[in-house]
Amino acid sequence: MDLLAKLEAIAQRHARMKALGGDAVGVVNEKMLSPTRALINGRETILAGTNNYMGITFDAECIAAGQKALAEYGTGTTGSRIANGSFALHKQLEAEFAAFLGRRHCIVFTTGYQANLGMMSGLAGPRDTIYLDADSHSSIYDGCTLSGAKLVRFRHNDAADLDKRLSRAEEDEGGKLVVLEGIYSMMGDRAPLADFIAVKKKHGFQLLVDEAHSFGVLGPHGRGLADEAGLEKEVDFVVGTFSKSVGAIGGFGAGDHPYFEYLRFAMRPYMFTASSSPASVATSIAAVRKLAAEPQRRKRLAENSARLFEGFRALGLELGCGEASPVVAVRCPDEPSTIAMWNALLRAGVYVNIALPPGTPNKLCLLRCSVSAAHSDADLDRIIELFGDVVAQGHGRKVANG
Amino acid sequence: MTDTVSQLCTLLEPFNTNGAALSAATDISTDLNIDSVTVMDFVMEVEDHFDIEIPLNVLSETRTVADLARVVEARTGKG
Ligand SMILES: Cc1ncc(COP(=O)(O)O)c(C=O)c1O
Repeated sequence: MDLLAKLEAIAQRHARMKALGGDAVGVVNEKMLSPTRALINGRETILAGTNNYMGITFDAECIAAGQKALAEYGTGTTGSRIANGSFALHKQLEAEFAAFLGRRHCIVFTTGYQANLGMMSGLAGPRDTIYLDADSHSSIYDGCTLSGAKLVRFRHNDAADLDKRLSRAEEDEGGKLVVLEGIYSMMGDRAPLADFIAVKKKHGFQLLVDEAHSFGVLGPHGRGLADEAGLEKEVDFVVGTFSKSVGAIGGFGAGDHPYFEYLRFAMRPYMFTASSSPASVATSIAAVRKLAAEPQRRKRLAENSARLFEGFRALGLELGCGEASPVVAVRCPDEPSTIAMWNALLRAGVYVNIALPPGTPNKLCLLRCSVSAAHSDADLDRIIELFGDVVAQGHGRKVANG
Repeated sequence: MTDTVSQLCTLLEPFNTNGAALSAATDISTDLNIDSVTVMDFVMEVEDHFDIEIPLNVLSETRTVADLARVVEARTGKG
């Protein structure tokens, strides 16, 4: 039996997608012109699917910091921090992120995906139970699997459902970890944190919030949903990524627990992989300083998010959630029409993400936009205009139906 | 069909978009051609219907309706 024979169904699905005129999962940015512009198929395209929330990727100071680190520390670290030791830059990055987050401890990982793998598996073991939101990111699911803990899934954003499942739990001696996200990556909605914390007071568990899409974005200090809600004291562990607002690559876990530092010796995704490259570490340090010093970036992002949200709402589009968010998902009727509309948008000069089951909740087909502080009003108005032509007017549906 | 199997088949019906014939031998994922997330959504309905906890960990060894019925009966005390 050929091991790859099981990929037949995926191959067929990909071929059906390409037959509709483009490869929505194989886009090549031939040249990056700015945080919000790239050349795609030789055409200048507005990027509205990058998660580049702060538009910080071409910031001159961040680039200079990266170049300096490249020159001083070299191109790579060539090993894990446990085996090879840390570079001073890693320690500095952790100290600066801990300070930004107002946490005693911060551990950085090579990606956000690994941060979730590491934190889930470091915090919970086979005797423990992890309660995870049904719409959790794949990195949370994979981290849960790696942990060997008992896994219980609760209904998305439903604190009463979590309460019910905690009450149902067979009493054992293990610990309980509840995992939420600040902003959910597909639909753009936020966790109702206060409701979950009421359940926490009732049942007693430890709480982790993945602020991947909300770090730098929400809260008076830009620390995320818990900062916005004024509930950081109730959150035991924070996870985040450098791949979005920080404009680099890497991830972090943070907390105040006295044993937190020992997680370094208990997290395989931290121990058995090379540490992040000097340039990436240095640009992350420069970026977090900017996030602290330039709150106007957050303000601008909020204004841009509201502009796109209101514009789409005025078109009568069905959106992923009922509040303005830097993640704006547009619900589409089915897979062929979604692919056709995605193609039409790209041809007209706007790149958004296509999101299809099983990568979406409730089998939804989505055109997912992410807003950047670097989008101009004209960019956003152009995106709204094109969604009006392509999605609201049903042009995409006509394309799909031939 | 045992009572548990028939209740599971009823709960499975909304997920049976292919109109497959449902029985104890039905392979939930492959016969119904549903993805892993949908299987988890179905199991959530089963948990609520029987008021039991079915950790995701048991799903890797649960392929058919009969397998799931055994899990349910063990947890409702009928097994
Ligand atoms: C909620 C969430 N957590 C974690 C990650 C992983 O981050 P990274 O891209 O740094 O691996 C992502 C995005 O990719 C995400 O959306």
